[in-house]
This record gives sequence, structure tokens and C-alpha cells, in this order.
Amino acid sequence: MNSKPNANPASIVNLNQTDSGFVAEVIRRSGVDINKCWHCQTCAGGCPFVRAMDYPPNRVIRMVQLGLRKEALESSGIWICVGCNTCSIQCPNCIDIPVVNDALRQMAMAEGVVVAEPNILHFHQAVLQSIQRHGRTHKLEVMMRYKLKKHDWFSDMAVGMKMFTKRKLELLPSKSKNIAEIRKLFDQKTTA
Amino acid sequence: MEKKNLIDLSYYPGCSLKTTSQENNASLIYLFKHLGYKLIELEDWNCCGSSSAHSIDTQLAFDLASRNFSLAPSDRPLLVACPSCLLRLRGAYLHLEERELARRHYEKMWGKPFDAKLQIMHFFEFLDQINLLKYSNDGIRRLEGLKFVPYYGCMLARPPIMRHEKNYYGLMEKILSNLGARAEKWSFSSRCCGTFLTVARPEVVEPMVNEIIQAAIDTQADCVVTACAMCHMNLEVRCSLKEKLPILHFSEIISLALGIGKSEYKGWFSRHLVDPKPLLRALNLF
Repeated sequence: MNSKPNANPASIVNLNQTDSGFVAEVIRRSGVDINKCWHCQTCAGGCPFVRAMDYPPNRVIRMVQLGLRKEALESSGIWICVGCNTCSIQCPNCIDIPVVNDALRQMAMAEGVVVAEPNILHFHQAVLQSIQRHGRTHKLEVMMRYKLKKHDWFSDMAVGMKMFTKRKLELLPSKSKNIAEIRKLFDQKTTA
Repeated sequence: MEKKNLIDLSYYPGCSLKTTSQENNASLIYLFKHLGYKLIELEDWNCCGSSSAHSIDTQLAFDLASRNFSLAPSDRPLLVACPSCLLRLRGAYLHLEERELARRHYEKMWGKPFDAKLQIMHFFEFLDQINLLKYSNDGIRRLEGLKFVPYYGCMLARPPIMRHEKNYYGLMEKILSNLGARAEKWSFSSRCCGTFLTVARPEVVEPMVNEIIQAAIDTQADCVVTACAMCHMNLEVRCSLKEKLPILHFSEIISLALGIGKSEYKGWFSRHLVDPKPLLRALNLF
């Protein structure tokens, strides 16, 4: 784990300077009562991606409980989480951690804080753009858009070519017919 | 039996099976036809929202998933091929069942009430109810001699809202053993494949996939059998080990085990990065 300086256990959190309303806001947005968390760290032990995260899942929950708004919203863990549910199925209190991460990601975007994993956000945006255009995801287009945003055409080329030759990257998308109806969903967004 | 009285099922292939994993789609449709079911693709379906919609827009994710219910004929179950799509669709369905406000929104969006009787199920649920050996042309256990490891990926893990739903622990082992194969024990059957991080963080996914495949090799299994098209792709494209192991879709290996698919398999396996044909030929599966 790449610990950030403020993750030092010796550093003291001054609760007078933290955002005490933050936890209620996260509970309201996610619909998940994270105050049930015992901090047993079962989620951290089971998460297949924990090594790529700055903070393990329960630590992000602790930061939310302590009102460390900026630290939680700027953590990489909330973006690295793919929602595989390994944590939520192991959690003794049935806390839906991926849904908490959904809420934290959406709050991070709404508040314009630094996104710790911009490439992951770009990927999600590329997927949604593809759905908006075709009603379905077109993997080749998603890859192109993602690479365009990243200004990086050459990394991972070998894998792309392997997929292409095995026809795993289709040139043409599979499309829904009533695109107008699907596009409307994108216009009516109620959450930011 | 293939010709007469096929039972109609609505079918939601999802984006992966429709494009990148057409071999999974083709072998599944083929297998179900043999079992007596006609899979009728849901008219004008759209993407379930995948991992991306719920990550950045919860309402959009719900709307994308639920539009598909509004298209489904109410007189037959909706069969879902991809575990990940099933999670999104069943999640939205349960949300609709639980919340009046969501139902009102649904009605406003799609101009009809939410059909709480619509059955949405993964194809595993169907297979679980039948003795597949009866559908073999001659009752021979064709997979005799095949050692495999089952790979469910995150399919067995469910969010709390789905904790009372059916689960499929051991289903691949049960079915394939019944057809003669032997499941090797390993501890990676429900380890996540890395899903979309394969694009945004390939350096995270590669060692994870290598660990999974190495564990499979260590059991001396001949192949990995996957439940999910996304897992299949990640295990194939992200493995950088020298030693390769064929990765088979569950639908492919069952078809061959039943003695069917002899003229179709070439189209399936030409899309695999690791050629499973030498292994399957050695077992006289075609």
C-alpha cells in the first residue's frame, strides 16, 4: 500500500476541524448505514485490489465517520473498487461497500475535488458516451476515446492487436434502435 | 428433438456476448436449442449500464437497466447470459419491487406499470434443473479424463440487497462431473478477474490474472472453465505466463460434452487466444 503522509497513524485528527455532517450525507446518498462498521477489516483482507489502493475500504469508512471529507473523496480506493462484492459478501454487518464507493465517487465529481484515478474516470465516461451513442457499449470506440483522452496511443498496443486479430474488437457497434429514448435518459440525469 | 416444439425464452445477451464474445453467445444459443429452448433476443435491448453507469450516475444506471424490463414480453422469462448484467438487472428489479417511488418513476418513463411477475434469471438456473446427461446423444460421459478448474469470478458474490437470491456455488463442478470431468480443488474460483481495470490499470490486473492462471496450472488442470465472458477475456488477454492454459466458456464445453457442436466448434475456438482444440481433440470431443 502506498501510504499518504496523512495516513500516518501518529498524525492526530482534530475533530473540531473536520466535517461532522459528512457521514450523514454519505449515508443519505448511498442508503447504506456505514455506522454499522466494526472496523474488523474483513473487507480489507478480502479485497483483491487492496494493494493498488491508498486506503483499504474500512479506512475510507473511518475517514468518513471522522469527517475527513477531502481525504475520503480524494482517495484512490473509491475509484479502484470495481464492485466485485467480495467485501460486501464477507462483511459481518452486510454493509454494501461498493454502493458507498458509488456515492463517494459521485460526491467527488460533484464537488470538483482532485480525482485520484483520472484514467478510471475517463474510462467510465468513455463507456457512457458509447452507450449514449449506440445504446450499447462498443469496445473499440471505448478504447479509442479512452486513449484519445489519455493522449496515449501506444501503451498496451500488443494486447489491442491480439484482440483485434481474434475479432474481439469489432469494427462496428451493435446498436439499439430507439436511440432517442436512450439519449433522453442521459438528459434527465438527477444525480451529478 | 431439436426440430419440434421449442419453448420460447426472452434472451438478454448483453454487450460482451453480442460483440467481443460471440463464441459464448453462439454456443449458448446452440446449446439451448438442443435442450429444447429457443432464445429470442430481447427486441431493442440496451446496455445494462455495466460497471460504469452505477460508478458515476446511480439514477442513469437504474434507468438503463429498467428500460430493458419495459421491453420484455410478460409471458415468458428473461434469460440473462452475463453474470454482471444479471447483477445490474436483478438489482434494479429488486429496487423496483421495494420502492413505490421507483415504480412511479418507472411508469412515468416507460408509460406502463412495472411488471413484478417478470422472471429474470441467469442461464445457470435453467441448467441446474436438468440432468444434462439425458440430452447427450448416446449417454456417454464424454468428458472422462478431463481435469478442469471452475472459475466463477465475482458471480458468486452478491450485494446485500441480493443476499436471498439463488446462488450457484458448485454448479459447474456438479454439471461437468456428471458429464465425466474432474474438478480440481483450488482457491481462486471466486477471485475477481479485474474487470474494467484491465483497460485503466492493466499493470494491476496482469499480476492478478497470472496468479490465477498459475494456481490453475499448479493443480495440473487441463483447462479453466469460466461462467462469464468478461472473465474469459481478461484471463486470456492479460495472462503473460509462458505456460498457457486453454480457457473455455461453460456453454462451449457442455455442448461438446453432449456430443453436439461438431460443425460449429471451429467458429467458437477460432476466437480464443489460447487454442483449446489440441486438448479437446485428444479427448475425442470432435
